[in-house]
Amino acid sequence: MPQNEYIERHKKLYGRRLDYEERKRKKEAREPHKRAEKARKLRGIKAKIYNKERRNEKIQMKKKIKAHEEKNVKQNTEKVSEGALPVYLLDRDVQSRAKVLSNMIKQKRKEKAGKWDVPIPKVRAQADAEVFKVLKSGKSKRKAWKRMVTKVTFVGENFTRKPPKFERFIRPMALRFKKAHVTHPELKATFCLPIIGVKKNPSSQMCTSLGVITKGTVIEVNISELGLVTQAGKVVWGKYAQVTNNPENDGVINAILLV
Amino acid sequence: MEVNNDIPSSVQAKFKSDTGEEIGSPLDLPINITKDQLTLICNALLQEEDKPFLFYVKDVEITSSLKEVLDTVPLNSEEVVEIIYQQQAIFRVRPVTRCTSSIPGHAEAVISTSFSPSGKQLASGSGDTTVRFWDLNTQTPLHVCKGHTNWVLCISWSPDGSKLASACKQGRIILWDPITGNQIGKTMMGHKQWVTALAWEPYLRNAECRKLASSSKDGDVRIWDTVTCLTILSLTGHSKAVTSVKWGGSGLIYTSSQDRTIKVWRAEDGVLCRTLEGHAHWVNTLALSTDYVLRTGPYHPILDRNEPTTDKKVLQQRAIERYEQACPHGAERLVSGSDDFTLFLWLPEKEKRPLARMTGHQQLINDVKFSPDTRIIASASFDKSVKLWEAASGKFITTLRGHVQAVYMVAWSADSRLLLSSSADSTLKVWSMKTKKLELDLPGHADEVFAVDWSPDGSYVASGGKDKVLKLWQH
Repeated sequence: MPQNEYIERHKKLYGRRLDYEERKRKKEAREPHKRAEKARKLRGIKAKIYNKERRNEKIQMKKKIKAHEEKNVKQNTEKVSEGALPVYLLDRDVQSRAKVLSNMIKQKRKEKAGKWDVPIPKVRAQADAEVFKVLKSGKSKRKAWKRMVTKVTFVGENFTRKPPKFERFIRPMALRFKKAHVTHPELKATFCLPIIGVKKNPSSQMCTSLGVITKGTVIEVNISELGLVTQAGKVVWGKYAQVTNNPENDGVINAILLV
Repeated sequence: MEVNNDIPSSVQAKFKSDTGEEIGSPLDLPINITKDQLTLICNALLQEEDKPFLFYVKDVEITSSLKEVLDTVPLNSEEVVEIIYQQQAIFRVRPVTRCTSSIPGHAEAVISTSFSPSGKQLASGSGDTTVRFWDLNTQTPLHVCKGHTNWVLCISWSPDGSKLASACKQGRIILWDPITGNQIGKTMMGHKQWVTALAWEPYLRNAECRKLASSSKDGDVRIWDTVTCLTILSLTGHSKAVTSVKWGGSGLIYTSSQDRTIKVWRAEDGVLCRTLEGHAHWVNTLALSTDYVLRTGPYHPILDRNEPTTDKKVLQQRAIERYEQACPHGAERLVSGSDDFTLFLWLPEKEKRPLARMTGHQQLINDVKFSPDTRIIASASFDKSVKLWEAASGKFITTLRGHVQAVYMVAWSADSRLLLSSSADSTLKVWSMKTKKLELDLPGHADEVFAVDWSPDGSYVASGGKDKVLKLWQH
């Protein structure tokens, strides 16, 4: 084994042979001839291996040449970005809210048909026994016509209680909600918006009228602070959203805006 | 019957033009004289025929009869009542009421639209990097001009209507031939950032329409020779982005910048004449009182239809005449709107100090325009309102409310009787200057309306926006 870089050292001390460049050039010039001779002479599996290697080498070479050529050509690769803005908005921060408007009409159409293309199409039905807890009333707790809602509810602003004697359904204060975290699916942003009403609870009509909010319920939320407008230039304030979590378990309402 | 002594049945009155010239001697007018009768008298005094006028007594407009105004304005019955008359345009532009066609074609938002000075051609620039010409008679696409590599931000017709300059976000400027749709000359490169505005040399200065000024985000203003496609002058001096450039009829170039100043340059040699200071934030927009006259140049919207001519000398003479009519005292006024929610009125040819400061907007001012008769200024703001100001004094007239989102642009009709505003709430609204109220609401766009233009002869309105279609509106 050679010890240390003695060749380099010698080169540094004494320099190269005087005819080094000449010999190197000649050797390089002979190289293709040698290769060709080798390729001609080889037979059998060795020829196959050699030719394959040589082929790969050539492919690599060509690729390299092409890459160099491309590098020399000045190319304008700057992509034209989407969402063109006029000059007067270029220096301002404009939030993108694409496609919101054009979807307004679609929503109307859907509303008429009464069918919804919703994010959560299948919802587990809530049994009445699960939603309502029977409260015993009367002096000897014999009567059992009162029900307490055990799910999250939305109670409108203008709701006034009936006298306790006629109040069949009790919606506990602790489970009443006024706001929901609504995600806009295209903007990928979430807003805490006030609830306007419960549009449809798939479990039953009674749940809808009571304002019970469970997973899959379609609620109407006030989106006026998002600043959306209709085609006629009016501010949109009510839009539907579907609840995606189990509010009674989580303590919050998460919903996805239906656009 | 008892005669009420407090209100005399007639008053001494004299007519005075809005520029201060009196006509005739004081007259004895019955107090219940109507506006129509006043118009007849005024026409007779001026020896004109059937010209419409507006009448004011102490800045209060006479809408039905003189009596009403005299009830509101305290006047001494011994005094001679000064009735100030303003002549209105002889022709009337009918308000646009319907969308006659919405032409798809652009693959991205339409950022700029512009009618040619004669009002016979229409072009638009878009985010899909093309400039498109539209055929107004059939309301169909005419040419698609590809050449830019980024959003086409601004377009501008040469005053003779033979060329269209367009500028893109990469700072390149290209000239197009509206008849063939081909590029004229080379692409003009030089700006390092996007171009914010283009302004041609007015027709009355040079009928050849050779020079073009462009302002850029990089803080430069360049004056181009459009024949050789080279920069003649580069006006540097602004320390921040230049937002707007205007080429005045007296050979001055006005530029506004985000460095809070407005600079006045001499166009021949690029000498900085004046720096107008006063704004506290970015200056967004400029408008000249002679904008409409300079834009239409030799083409009078109505009168020239009868006698078309191609003689450049005659046309230039006409342009000069119209310019002198528009600014009789020989000085054009400039109004600037800014991010500090105020407007300033300047007399940039004469002095550095502003004539008036107009406050009232609650958000930044995006666009401001003089009416074609140079009497009213309309300013569009992001506070959802359009405000009207008297162009002579800068006095506030009224606020036009109705949009539910930021107002982007305003456009005047040629007769100054109607105003159009475009907004982020996807509508256009037409406002009547007579009642100062909403005349018409034009919904139709599916998204924000970025660009709007009323053709100089008043027959069409073109609007384009984020919904990628170009809409044409007509009566």
